[in-house]
Amino acid sequence: MYAFEYHRPTSVKEAAGLIGQVEDPKFLAGGHTLLPTMKLRLAGPANLIDLGQIAELRGIERSGDTLAIGAMTKHAEVANAAEVKEAIPALAELAELIGDPHVRNRGTIGGSVANNDPSADYPAACLALNATIVTNRRKIAADDFFQGIFTTALEDGEIITQIVFPIPTQAAYAKFRNPASRYALVGVFVAKHADGVRVAVTGAGSNGVFRASEIEQALSGNFAAEALDGVTVSEAEMNSDIHADAAYRAHLVSVMAGRAVQTAVARG
Amino acid sequence: MTTVSLTVNGQSVTADVDPRTLLVQFLRDNLRLTGTHVGCDTSQCGACVIHLNGQAVKSCTVLAVQANASVVTTIEGIAEGGELHPMQAAFREHHGLQCGYCTPGMIMSAIDIVNRKGNALDEQTIRAELEGNLCRCTGYHNIVKAVAAGAQGMAQAPMRQAAE
Ligand SMILES: Cc1cc2nc3c(=O)[nH]c(=O)nc-3n(C[C@H](O)[C@H](O)[C@H](O)COP(=O)(O)OP(=O)(O)OC[C@H]3O[C@@H](n4cnc5c(N)ncnc54)[C@H](O)[C@@H]3O)c2cc1C
Ligand code: FES
Ligand code: FES
Repeated sequence: MYAFEYHRPTSVKEAAGLIGQVEDPKFLAGGHTLLPTMKLRLAGPANLIDLGQIAELRGIERSGDTLAIGAMTKHAEVANAAEVKEAIPALAELAELIGDPHVRNRGTIGGSVANNDPSADYPAACLALNATIVTNRRKIAADDFFQGIFTTALEDGEIITQIVFPIPTQAAYAKFRNPASRYALVGVFVAKHADGVRVAVTGAGSNGVFRASEIEQALSGNFAAEALDGVTVSEAEMNSDIHADAAYRAHLVSVMAGRAVQTAVARG
Repeated sequence: MTTVSLTVNGQSVTADVDPRTLLVQFLRDNLRLTGTHVGCDTSQCGACVIHLNGQAVKSCTVLAVQANASVVTTIEGIAEGGELHPMQAAFREHHGLQCGYCTPGMIMSAIDIVNRKGNALDEQTIRAELEGNLCRCTGYHNIVKAVAAGAQGMAQAPMRQAAE
C-alpha cells in the first residue's frame, strides 16, 4: 500500500471541506473494497478521509412509506434491524447474503452504492425499489445514479449521506452466489409497487446493474412465477467470464427472477 | 505519523503509527501479539479475525488508525488465569485443528457466533456462519464439532461470555 495522510472528520460539513483542500483525496467507509484495492496498488490516494466517525451518516429510520438508511450503516446492521425486517424484509435478507459475517461487520451501504461493483448486491435493491440516493449536494434517482461498471452519477468530492427506499407492496431478492468470492454471479431483485413492477439484475450485465424490461412486462400483468414461463432475456448485454458465459447468465436471470417472485408471493 | 489510542485485551495502548499500518500489523509487529495470523492478506481467509468493539472483523482489512478509541480482543485475551477459554478447550478436546494456522481466527469467529446466535448451534448454522474462515487442513468436520461443543461450554461459563 502506498503512503497517505489520514483524516478523521466528525461531520459531513467538515469532510466536504477537507476534500476540497487536500490533494488526491478519497473517502474511506468500511474499507472492504478500498483497502484491498489500495493493497494491490490499484488505488493510491494521497489523502484518506475516514467517514467512520460521522454520527449523522449512521442510522435507519422509517417515516411513512419510506425507509431511510444512513450511508455508513453496516451490512450487519441492515440485516438485523427490526425496522428493515418489518418494512422491507427483502432488503434485510439481501444484506445478510453479502460476503461473510466479518465483511458484514465492516462494509457499509454507502460504500457499496458508491462503488457500484457490477456484482454487488445493493445496487439491485436501489434500482428495483426506485431508491433515492441522497448526497450532501442533491438527491439522485437510482435510475440516473448507476451508470455502468464502477461508474455512478457522483461528482468529485460528493458524499452519499442516505439512501431512501420507498416501501414496496411485495419484494424479494434471489442471489446465485459465486461460491468462492460470494459475490453475485446473478442476483435478481423484484419489487411490486403500487404503480408497477420493477426488476433489477446484478452480476449478469456487461454494463453493470440493469432493469430487466422483459421480466417487468411479464410480471406487471400477473405477479407470479408462472408469468415468467418462456420469458427469456437477451444474452447480447450479458457478461461472459471464467465463471459463466453470457448464455448461462441470461438463463439464470429468468430462473432467479422466478425464485424471487415465488419468495415475494409466499411472503404475502 | 498518526496517534492511535485503543484498548487491547484490557490494556490501554497509545502509539504513533504510519497511517497505512493495518490493524493486524499493529497487533503483531508493534504489540508482539503474534497469535493473530495473516493467511491471505486479501480479506478472504479469516486467519486474522479479532473482536473490534465486540464484533468479529478481519484485522487485515482495518487500518490501525480506524481502531482508534476502540476495544480490541485477540486470541491472547480470551484465556483467564491460565485456563483456556471454553472455545479453546473445545478445539483441543475435539481435535479442531491440524497445523493450527487458521485456529485463532476460527476461535474468535466461533465466539462471535455464540454471542450472536446463542449456545445451541446446529451444524448447518455453524457451517454457514464460518464461511469467512478457511482451513486448508481439517476438512472442517472437527472444527464444526468443536464449535458446537465450545458453544455449550460457554453456556456453563456465563461470566466469561459477559466479559467478552
Ligand atoms: C471477502 C469479501 C466479500 C464480499 N462479498 C460481497 C458480496 O457478496 N456482495 C457485495 O455487494 N459486496 C461484497 N463485498 C464488498 C463489500 O460489501 C464492501 O464493503 C462494499 O462494496 C464497499 O463498502 P465499504 O463501506 O467497505 O466502502 P469502502 O471500501 O470504504 O469504499 C468504497 C468506495 O466508495 C467510496 N465511498 C464510500 N462511502 C462513500 C460515501 N458515503 N460517499 C461517497 N463515496 C463513498 C470510497 O471512496 C471508495 O471509493 C465483499 C467484500 C469482501 C472483502
Ligand atoms: S489474512 Fe485477513 S482475511 Fe486472510
Ligand atoms: S488447521 Fe491448518 S489451516 Fe486449519
